[in-house]
Amino acid sequence: MARIDLDHIRHAYLPNPTREEDYALREVHHSWEDGGAYALLGPSGCGKTTLLNIISGLLTPSEGRILFDGADVTGLQPEERNIAQVFQFPVVYDTMTVADNLAFPLRNRGMAEAAVQARVAEVLEMIDLTGIAHRKARGLTADLKQKISLGRGLVRADVNAILFDEPLTVIDPHMKWQLRSQLKLLHRSFGHTMVYVTHDQTEALTFADKVVVMYEGEIVQIGTPQELFERPSHTFVGYFIGSPGMNVLPVSLDGARAQLGSQSIVLPGAPGPTGGKRTELGIRPEYVQFGSEGMPVSIRAVEDIGRHKIVRAMIEGHELAVVLEEDKSVPTDPHVTFDPAGINIYADDWRVKLGD
Amino acid sequence: MDKTWNNKAWFMVLPMLLLVAFSAVIPLMTVVNYSVQDTFGNNQFFWAGTDWFSDVLSSSRFHDALLRNLAFSAIILLIEVPLGIFIALNMPRKGLGVPFCLVFMSLPLLIPWNVVGTIWQVFGRVDIGLLGYSLNALGFDYNYVNDPFDAWVTVILMDVWHWTSLVVLLCYAGLVSIPDAYYQAAKIDGASRFSVFRYIQLPKMNRVLLIAVLLRFMDSFMIYTEPFVVTGGGPGNATTFLSIDLVKTAIGQFDVGPAAAMSLIYFLIILLLSWVFYTVMITNDARG
Repeated sequence: MARIDLDHIRHAYLPNPTREEDYALREVHHSWEDGGAYALLGPSGCGKTTLLNIISGLLTPSEGRILFDGADVTGLQPEERNIAQVFQFPVVYDTMTVADNLAFPLRNRGMAEAAVQARVAEVLEMIDLTGIAHRKARGLTADLKQKISLGRGLVRADVNAILFDEPLTVIDPHMKWQLRSQLKLLHRSFGHTMVYVTHDQTEALTFADKVVVMYEGEIVQIGTPQELFERPSHTFVGYFIGSPGMNVLPVSLDGARAQLGSQSIVLPGAPGPTGGKRTELGIRPEYVQFGSEGMPVSIRAVEDIGRHKIVRAMIEGHELAVVLEEDKSVPTDPHVTFDPAGINIYADDWRVKLGD
Repeated sequence: MDKTWNNKAWFMVLPMLLLVAFSAVIPLMTVVNYSVQDTFGNNQFFWAGTDWFSDVLSSSRFHDALLRNLAFSAIILLIEVPLGIFIALNMPRKGLGVPFCLVFMSLPLLIPWNVVGTIWQVFGRVDIGLLGYSLNALGFDYNYVNDPFDAWVTVILMDVWHWTSLVVLLCYAGLVSIPDAYYQAAKIDGASRFSVFRYIQLPKMNRVLLIAVLLRFMDSFMIYTEPFVVTGGGPGNATTFLSIDLVKTAIGQFDVGPAAAMSLIYFLIILLLSWVFYTVMITNDARG
């Protein structure tokens, strides 16, 4: 168990990166607290796996240092870093039994056989594989194989951190939920530092205390699920988290007012000077209200998704999604108002603080 | 549910049946026919029953050739399989080296059998051959024409040179199909180089190795052209393998009956051994 510091890490897969776009990881400067459960969330190709492999030592970063509890491990091999990692697709040693698979990392580190057996039995119990402990790993279903992979990740009690790289991709939804709760439980009882990579927001929000959102090789926001939802610090976070994503509308700013086409919107506070950057107003569909007052909109479509309806509307020539409760209907002459609590202002995609 | 039966569809198989009949079944039946008859020429045949079979089975000439062939197959398998695995493991997985290595490895496989024989026949000659001349110049008394041991070494070297590539390419195909995650997981698990080979690479190569061993066994057991060109089966009978012996009997001595019986026995041996190989390896595979 350790605190992990990433000190100005940059990584490029090309030998001589010159442009900013050459970097798979633009610049990451961040600390993972000891015993924290983090989710690393982002779309495919944003550098999540690269970052994970740098932490585990499978990749050496082009620039920057990695510290475990203050000690520089940048040049160390994965086996010297004492890290566990679970991969997206199940990796099992086909010719070994399930129990031997779990024992493998322990035996490689020269643990006494009695201790190995005890620990393996414990982990088998934990992930509910005791029944097939002596079956060969070959020929098991993908679910079970991935459970074995998870087990191998959990079997060493003294690891600095456990890294999960989209570990539940191949698992069916019901089992997914079960395993995720189990992981959370394990985290509470053992207190390992856990980093969980995913592109599934539900998975990230339910697993982690803190969610780290990555976009195009950079960390764009670190926060609790609630912070990510209410105060996305980058328009990407707004789009990516929540379903449907945040509405982002181009506006021009004038003190504590925002001008959207011919409509003027009162802001909860005045943003600072934006220096000629592209300015936008972000509002989640949950904070848009229908009424007879306010800005006129035209309705394009209504999607009924069960608990509520999503109304696709047009405002001043821009698309606007609105969440409407199940029992309410769309008014005939629809107008909308924005709840000031849900308004965020962005300049060149980054959130601007609103003054009082 | 009622199925429509249309027996006319059988006519569709007819062309293929004719083709197979003319290319395989009829020639094979001719051999069977010869194997149970005797002739004094003039196309007059007499029923000989199983005489030829018992003759062949009890002849020491056949036994010797069979033993030589088994020894040859065993030796080349013992060399080519480990060597092939070793080379495949050390071939580059990405980069410019890959096409270069693949082409380089394929070259021996592209050369016609008798050309391979000729190359080695010249290569090993003590008067003008690079290998033969150099060895003698270095003080080794090497001469594949006189010395049975040297003849064997030459024939085996030639086979290794010619066919190891096949094992290499098959193993390489098995190796490149292993996802990176396996190697990464092994690193994380602290596996040694040997463990990676034993628990990741070898199990993944299992199936292609089965094919490689089967192919190499069948081919080496039927080997004819290369030793025939290099040693002609000599010195004496030292490198007379079954196929060479068979051709000597059939065409050299024109003993069609014994030759036919011998071919059938030869065929059955290959079939039997291949089946044994296959079954053993498949069973091992299933047991893991």
